[in-house]
Amino acid sequence: MSTRRQLGILTAAVLAAASLTACGGSGDDAGGSGKTLTYWASNQGASIEADKAILQPELDKFEKQTGIKVNLEVVPWSDLLNRLLAAATSGQGPDVVNIGNTWSASLQATGALVEFDDATLQAVGGKDRFVPAALAAAGAPGKPPAAVPLYSLAYALYYNKKAFADAGITAPPTTWEQLAEYGKKLTTGGKWGLAIEGANPNENAHHAFAFGQQYGGEWFDSSGKPTFDTPQNVSAVKRYVDFMATDKITNPSNAEYAQNQSVSDFANGKAAMLLWQAAGSNLKTQNMAPDAYGIAPVPFLASPPAGGKKVNSMVAGINMAVFKHTKNKDASLNFVKFMTSDEEQTLLNKTYGSLPAVKTVGTDPAFSAPEQKVLQETLSTSAAPLPQVPDESTFETLVGTAIKELFADAASGRPVTEDSVKKKLSDAQQKMR
Amino acid sequence: MATSTTAPGARPDRRDPGAATAAPAPARRPRRPRRSLLPYLLLVPAVVLELAIHVIPMVVGVWMSLLELTQFHIRDWSTAPFIGLENYKATLDFNSVAGRELLHSFWVTLVYTLLSVGLAWLLGIAGAVVLQRPFRGRAILRALFLTPYALPVYTAVITWSFLLQRDTGLVNHVLVDQLGLLDDKPFWLIGDNSFWSLLIVSVWRSWPFAFLCLMAGLQNVPDELYEAAAIDGAGFWWRLRSVTLPMLRPVNLVLLLVLFLWTFNDFNTPYVLFGGSAPAQADLISIHIYRSSFKTWDFGSGSAMSVALLLFLLVVSAGYLLITNRRRDHA
Repeated sequence: MSTRRQLGILTAAVLAAASLTACGGSGDDAGGSGKTLTYWASNQGASIEADKAILQPELDKFEKQTGIKVNLEVVPWSDLLNRLLAAATSGQGPDVVNIGNTWSASLQATGALVEFDDATLQAVGGKDRFVPAALAAAGAPGKPPAAVPLYSLAYALYYNKKAFADAGITAPPTTWEQLAEYGKKLTTGGKWGLAIEGANPNENAHHAFAFGQQYGGEWFDSSGKPTFDTPQNVSAVKRYVDFMATDKITNPSNAEYAQNQSVSDFANGKAAMLLWQAAGSNLKTQNMAPDAYGIAPVPFLASPPAGGKKVNSMVAGINMAVFKHTKNKDASLNFVKFMTSDEEQTLLNKTYGSLPAVKTVGTDPAFSAPEQKVLQETLSTSAAPLPQVPDESTFETLVGTAIKELFADAASGRPVTEDSVKKKLSDAQQKMR
Repeated sequence: MATSTTAPGARPDRRDPGAATAAPAPARRPRRPRRSLLPYLLLVPAVVLELAIHVIPMVVGVWMSLLELTQFHIRDWSTAPFIGLENYKATLDFNSVAGRELLHSFWVTLVYTLLSVGLAWLLGIAGAVVLQRPFRGRAILRALFLTPYALPVYTAVITWSFLLQRDTGLVNHVLVDQLGLLDDKPFWLIGDNSFWSLLIVSVWRSWPFAFLCLMAGLQNVPDELYEAAAIDGAGFWWRLRSVTLPMLRPVNLVLLLVLFLWTFNDFNTPYVLFGGSAPAQADLISIHIYRSSFKTWDFGSGSAMSVALLLFLLVVSAGYLLITNRRRDHA
């Protein structure tokens, strides 16, 4: 009896101990075998599934060439920054990741990413391969980049040709005043002039930046301190929200949009204009024929105030970074080199409708399609990088959320005034520490 | 407990020493210490897990709240400067924007929790009483009522968020397009309505749990009590007040506390319903803390808010247990 009981206790103890050690054991083999990498890709195509279908053949090609297996996970934008932050904090997770290029300096500040000093850049093909403006958006100035550019993007104005023709408009607007005027003509019969992703903080922040530049505003001063509530920035944000609040060319429902519904509305003809980055591939999957829409540069102010800059887009793009905690740094860099090789750059950027981040393939005819031409022109003449400061991602969150709340006010009929905009921006600024 | 009935699950925990005389040979002395070791050994896994899952993270959280833990230091906490109570001062300074918003969020959460728990309990008791007596279709109704509790929270709340969309949601389609009750399509997920949407989803999710607990509790009410009440001429309400509710008291004590804590801390419902950043009218404290730490990468002040919240909930729970225990002693 007693031995049996002791045996029982022993068994229970062993089982308990085993279950505990089992908890600690999982996850060790992620990247430990020496030939396997984990790669988190951002969602560039119409869906997560579409991205997997696009990327997997390339990863198989890489495995064939090098024997290095790459496990792919496509992470939606809504989760990506949190996931990266968790990986940086815990020192566990993927080896190679895509990051929004505007987050470069913020993630760089965590010290979790491999620095691309000259030697490391050499390992992925050399500094001179990359488009300088794109490489400049891969970390704080004066420091080795925390990533290398992968896809280059910029904002453009997409407009529905038929809706324009029906309304008797012959050319896309070049100023915001024109855009508002055309928008009013196009807002009729349940259709709207302009679609806006109003509940997406990042989209809002990107527009706040470009409008801010046009009004002569800056979101950070030279020492990296936030300057959110300057009169210029207040005017800029108000101009953007007024498309819904005053001009009423944007459906109030857009205040709820955060899952790319604005692209769907444009594709389905519910809205005649859209400000987006490389929407082409997404529109194609939503069955909008390429000849049904036109692409033009994002408008400017008709008469910019003193100090206003001729900027109509941020330098947008996706960068590729390697985590310091990787056990396969060489294999990871090898993979980065593969993804930034001429062949992959041509193929992937063509598929996604973005521009290559390396100089060597820009002449490929694929990148002289109308959409890519507009992107190219914008990037080379009128795009500016978002401030590469450690607080950048916080700026996107706080200011983007403030604008989301302003859209909610506009949608529910509350007035959006200079004062209410200034208050939201001041509150956001005070939350920065 | 004021009642003399014994719950079926309860068993006498200390056997009368006299009862052991039935055994042919009395237990030998040296065995006793080993025997008393067994319960502790069996507790070890639970204690270890409790430490690993609750206590240690809690202690770490308190430690984090004393650090300036921003993006510059999250990779190596040892480099984070120790700033004492600065995080508490900053977050609990109700003159600052952050403090004002925290206070606002606290009140929203409190009102939301009280309403949600109250409504969930009312629906739960109504359902349990109605289904107490057997009738045709009772099993089906029971299963139906429990469905929200069985659905995975993400799936359920995402479905709600689809239903509540302004342009494409079913709610507005029914209210405006089909019934014509409203002229203009209202927003359910932004503005003032967002609070009520959140409350409805929360009650929908939590009332089946109240229903389940109360239904189980009702099984223990002896029929004799109802018969006696019936002989005394008690009607439905009188029986409810004098028999059902007093007999359910022990269940209610636990149920209300658990529902309160769950609802107060609920993260999933608002997170999925509003996509990470709730409108001010429905800015529950769990989401607020999440935004303050993850979205702005300031884990120190996020932890300070969490610790303050923990203290508040501790005080509420302790006060609740103290009051209810005293009442029980007096009863």
